[in-house]
Amino acid sequence: MKKILLFGCAMLFVLLCRAQQTFPVNGAWDIRPGQYAFTNANIVVSADQTIPNGILLVKDRVIEAVGADVKIPKGYVTVDLKGKYIYPGLIDAYTTYGIPEAPRAAFAQGGFGRTAVPVSTKPGAYGWNEAIKPEMNVKAVFHADASKAEDFKKNGFGAVHAVIRDGIARGTSAVVTLGDERDNFVMLNGEAAANYSFSKGTAATNYPSSLMGSIALLRQTYYDAQWYKNQKEEYNISLDEFNRVQNIPQIFEVTDQLSVLRANKIGKEFGKQYIFKTDGQEYRRIDAMKATGGSFIIPLTFPEAFDVEDPLDARNVSYEQMKDWELAPTNPAVLEKAGIKFAITSSGLTNARDFWTNLRTAIDNGLSEKQALNSLTVIPAEMLGVADKIGSLAKGKMANFIITSDNLFKKDNIIYENWVEGRQYVVSRMDVTDLRGNYAFSSDALPGVALKIGGTPGSYNVNLERTGADSTKATGTITRTGDMVSIYFDLKSKPSGNIRLNGYITKTSPLTFAGSGILPDGSEMKWSAAYTSPASPERTRPEPPKQPVTLGPVVYPFMAYGNTDLPKAETTLFKNATVWTSDKDGILKNTDVLIENGKIKAIGKGLVAGNAKVIDATGKHLSPGIVDEHSHIAGSGSINEGTQSVSAEVRIADILNSEDINLYRQLAGGVTTSHILHGSANSIGGQTQLIKHRWGVLPDEMKFEGADGFIKFALGENVKGSNNGPSNGALRFPQTRMGVEEVYIDEFTRAKEYKAARAVKGSNVRRDIELDAIVEILDGKRFITCHSYVQSEIAMLMHVADSMGFKINTFTHILEGYKVADKMKAHGIAGSTFSDWWAYKSEVIEAIPYNGALMHDVGITTAFNSDDEEMARRLNQEAGKSVAYGKLSEEEALKLVTINPATMLHVEKRVGSIKVGKDADLVLWSADPLSIYAVAEKTYVDGIPYWDIDKDAANQKAMKTEEARLIQKMIAAKNKGAVTQRPAGRRPRNNEADEDDEFVSGDGVGQTNSNGK
Amino acid sequence: MNKIFLIFGGLLLSITLSYGQATISPAKAQSKPIVIKGGTIHVGNGQVINNGYIAFDKGKITAIGEGAGANVAGADVIDATGKQIYPGFICPITTLGLIEIEEGARGTVDDEETGDLNPNVRSIVAYNTDSKVIPTVRSNGILLAQPTPNGGTISGQSSVVMLDAWNWQDAAYKTDIGIHLTWPVARAQGRRRGVPTPGVPQESPAEKAQKAIDAIEKLFEEAKAYSDIAKPEVANIRLDAMKGLFNGTKKLFVNADGAKEIVQAVAFGKKMGVQVVIVGGGESYLVTETLRDNNVPVILKETQRLPEKDEDDVYLPYKLPKMLQDAGVLYGLTGIGFWRQRNLPFEAGEAAGYGLTKEQAVSMITLNNAKILGIDKTTGTLEVGKDANLFISKGDALDMITIDVDNAFIQGRNINLDNLHKQLYRKFAEKYGVKANL
Repeated sequence: MKKILLFGCAMLFVLLCRAQQTFPVNGAWDIRPGQYAFTNANIVVSADQTIPNGILLVKDRVIEAVGADVKIPKGYVTVDLKGKYIYPGLIDAYTTYGIPEAPRAAFAQGGFGRTAVPVSTKPGAYGWNEAIKPEMNVKAVFHADASKAEDFKKNGFGAVHAVIRDGIARGTSAVVTLGDERDNFVMLNGEAAANYSFSKGTAATNYPSSLMGSIALLRQTYYDAQWYKNQKEEYNISLDEFNRVQNIPQIFEVTDQLSVLRANKIGKEFGKQYIFKTDGQEYRRIDAMKATGGSFIIPLTFPEAFDVEDPLDARNVSYEQMKDWELAPTNPAVLEKAGIKFAITSSGLTNARDFWTNLRTAIDNGLSEKQALNSLTVIPAEMLGVADKIGSLAKGKMANFIITSDNLFKKDNIIYENWVEGRQYVVSRMDVTDLRGNYAFSSDALPGVALKIGGTPGSYNVNLERTGADSTKATGTITRTGDMVSIYFDLKSKPSGNIRLNGYITKTSPLTFAGSGILPDGSEMKWSAAYTSPASPERTRPEPPKQPVTLGPVVYPFMAYGNTDLPKAETTLFKNATVWTSDKDGILKNTDVLIENGKIKAIGKGLVAGNAKVIDATGKHLSPGIVDEHSHIAGSGSINEGTQSVSAEVRIADILNSEDINLYRQLAGGVTTSHILHGSANSIGGQTQLIKHRWGVLPDEMKFEGADGFIKFALGENVKGSNNGPSNGALRFPQTRMGVEEVYIDEFTRAKEYKAARAVKGSNVRRDIELDAIVEILDGKRFITCHSYVQSEIAMLMHVADSMGFKINTFTHILEGYKVADKMKAHGIAGSTFSDWWAYKSEVIEAIPYNGALMHDVGITTAFNSDDEEMARRLNQEAGKSVAYGKLSEEEALKLVTINPATMLHVEKRVGSIKVGKDADLVLWSADPLSIYAVAEKTYVDGIPYWDIDKDAANQKAMKTEEARLIQKMIAAKNKGAVTQRPAGRRPRNNEADEDDEFVSGDGVGQTNSNGK
Repeated sequence: MNKIFLIFGGLLLSITLSYGQATISPAKAQSKPIVIKGGTIHVGNGQVINNGYIAFDKGKITAIGEGAGANVAGADVIDATGKQIYPGFICPITTLGLIEIEEGARGTVDDEETGDLNPNVRSIVAYNTDSKVIPTVRSNGILLAQPTPNGGTISGQSSVVMLDAWNWQDAAYKTDIGIHLTWPVARAQGRRRGVPTPGVPQESPAEKAQKAIDAIEKLFEEAKAYSDIAKPEVANIRLDAMKGLFNGTKKLFVNADGAKEIVQAVAFGKKMGVQVVIVGGGESYLVTETLRDNNVPVILKETQRLPEKDEDDVYLPYKLPKMLQDAGVLYGLTGIGFWRQRNLPFEAGEAAGYGLTKEQAVSMITLNNAKILGIDKTTGTLEVGKDANLFISKGDALDMITIDVDNAFIQGRNINLDNLHKQLYRKFAEKYGVKANL
């Protein structure tokens, strides 16, 4: 049966002009009392208090009274709600309502790096970078938007938080009501919060081009703002405003759970507690989210199921996507359970209508109705400094409330009216008179017909029945408009054809209609109908009993091969192994190694097991964990900040990504420690980070504790941008190797002056985090690893270092190291090279695979590195190539990827060899570890078996089972009518972390991005 | 008894003379019989002959077997006791000789012609025998290669070359053996890229790919019809080039990785009556029955790569050859690009660490590659009557800690195994007074 929505959803606005003292009026003033009394209502004052059968008095914009025994003064329009519900108007905690579109032109000006825009071109006394715009104020650009407000009001929102979502420092936001009035009236809090993000938005300034650049820029801005307070040299609106808005709530818009942690670290560094607006993935790391101490604003954007009927297409849906589909709707409940304070926003939904569907899904997944209401009322009101005005129903508060048919969260609940600042917006006309019932129908033209009105208020239906000789049954359609009804039906016989009736309510007790009609043949008729009895309840399909929701576990990290429980350190005895110590003991046959508490406890023959787990390593080889001196895995948002020739301020530490499959894959190749470097796009790149491959922990927990800080330098083709198109960065200095030298000389000269100036007592020299890093180099507290190829540039940097008084720790790549090995040795510089790479660009045409052996034989601390997530997982084989090319002994060959890189990274006391007291970072190989045939069977980091070939096989099986379960569930959801999405044809590889500085994927060789991304 | 000559591969002669690559000359034709004795012979078909001998003359293998074998009058004898003898490794699908420097020197890049349909383009004429890369590759036992064009939907034709020659005519082992086609892939647009125009129905990726497939089918139908015309009114050199596909003289090498694309390409070959070789075959393990039942071989891309998907077995690319072996599919292997092809032996060895026997791994880059390229009648194994394409390594040539090629022969010619890298090594070892361990 076709149902017609009786009142549709037409939004009717009661036109009332509000007088504003300072504004002139055209015509006579029309100020109405606006006094209403709502009676017989279940008034939900707040999630904690409901007044059954209560009264709500509204006077103009404000609630006059609310309670069970409220006397209604004269002059109030009384609305009998007959048991309906009143809730506080909902508050959307994060929207762009009323904000003009950001000017797209800014993109064309160079936001994507097509043109050189080194500093802001924005007119006015603003800061240097367009992404820092704390001077933006919503209150100055906001304009109420009736059509956009409608979607919000239909969903029950009475007020929203309006944010300019553009830039890194985004200025202040405002809380506004959704009234269709002058902007002066809807503004509840003109400066609700100061807003931030990691996204530069429409800023044309080239810098930053990476996530770590965004973080560095924000960090520098905090320092600049502190300096600005105490200086008189310049006037800077941006810094002025930045300082001015520090004492209101600070909201940071981030994406996933890891970016929450990144933002939180900045907050802690500068004594700020941010409120986090997220994409809703907190469930993946809920403990860490709780530990931030912050409150959250979360969306209800739950992923659609995928089309997984075709098994080959289904391969394109990742394990993460599948699990996210199931678990994302639990996110609100998980936050509630963790006791985290959070508001809910409807932003991010592709369709506003999904709001209630998804909120109910969240409730089905464990979110309590009480929390849901709080997260949409009092919590956002408190967060945004408007709790005295909205969020609950009390005398003196804004008359923002909604009238509903039922409990707000019930599936069939109808929002009838949404009152905003005492003004009525009809969402669905309140059907004060329920039409349902059996009626005595009387009409001369149609004798003996009975009329029944059924359905639900808002969606009625009619049935007609004639008994006796001409018995017939018909289903008709009824439309109600106010007190008018129109009905049409076809009795099929006597007469057949549509009979059309029109009538109105003549009496309400008993309910009586009367009117006229037209028969199929066109003749006219009269009719009336009087209520006789309540309609028998319809046979509605009983709601299927709610299945207990079966959910898969959260895994750490939240992706393929994630752990339900992290592996733990075990006291383990390896019996009878061939032990490659990479130490003075050399290679020990038939030897036992005992590890305990994450350290190597004993090495020897016939060690006693005690309580240790015994692993028979007969015929197997035990080596130290492999150390990769040059890696670009496990980072987010690009590893190059190449927009400037010096980016010493950026830090890989800020963008570590613990959820990179390469961490796991490389464990399967015996790698336990990786040095994550900035790319080679510029002469002085960013600060590096040494990590251990602790699969499943948080980013900060991967960091190699207490390791010295390093920084990436680079020389040659990449830094001079020679392999990029002419339009892309051609203007960035330097363009030649001559210019590269000048970059260094200039930077170190400035750093020395800076250091001296800062040392003067009482000076207000601006703290510059770029120069801080250079000063650390000069002070011997930060160490250089420099990307380098040809001998001329290598000799140049050594010369600059000598003349400026700093040291180079390592030349990385160093493919022509063999040509300057004597000079490197004299300077005590280590060489970390490729085993056999060459011919991928001009500067490597004389790279030779004997480079490693030659540097080693000359006496340089030599290592082989990967610079590539694929090569990294077989660095043992790369080391083996030094046996092929140059005939290094096998013992020395393995040191190229163990103790030697550990030494050049200053962690040789902790890792890189098998020695009592060192970290139990070990690999158990099936064969000679340098051999092509060697398989890493177990890899330990800190004595924890993060890789185990047997456990991996079991994991794969378990993943298949879990995938199969989720696929069945997705197909079931699709069959039930859920909207689905197509799997991507081919998934992008991980994320931008995959761009390394040297290679592109496939057989691609050659550098990619000297201008950053 | 023959006088035993220790042959040092000729390269030692050049040490004191010069370090220039220019002095590495192509070898002269075999002038007298050569017998290699005492080594372990890897025949290429899975067989191993311990302590065997192999004799060849005028470029052809004349005898092979266990023990010392019969004396060959006037032969040079090489004592290979304790060493390993292999058929020359064959490197299919490579840009060796077509690219000298990958980036930043466009003038040295000749692997990719402009335009979408270039069946007439021939790699053989661009093959640069003077490339400095080639000697570094053959030093690791790779003696034959298939320089292959890239780009477009139909990239052009490839040939098999010997990696020691004065010019491309001399290098040619078998010319214009096949045409290279890249199969269309259905790829969903990333959500970020390209905002769909409102109101315009979006073509599904599958539909889009199907259109491209239809266009290829139409081209082949027309080419097939054209091949029946004795004297066309208007000559079309593109269609002319495709004739060989329909008379069985050329193979169709189809680049396809995804299971769906592989199945489509196999069905296409059957429908058009052309011999298809799948190149890439990343997901070939999912459709082994289709491949086996239609006798379609696969040239696998390198084993030393990452799995396509996070969920895949961490070692999937290493295990792939074994999966095809077990399923009865004919498979070969290529490495990456051009200079990295010197790692082809290790790419094969990697598979032996994950399931293949070592001899199967050898076959993968000898007999199997030869069969797939259609040159197995003359090379790919060490058998009487075949070309003397072989090398001697002091140890297992699939493993980097044992490979040490000290003699190599192409059609019996004794190849100079020196290269730019060894020369630079010697030059600087001399400078520092350390020993060059070659």
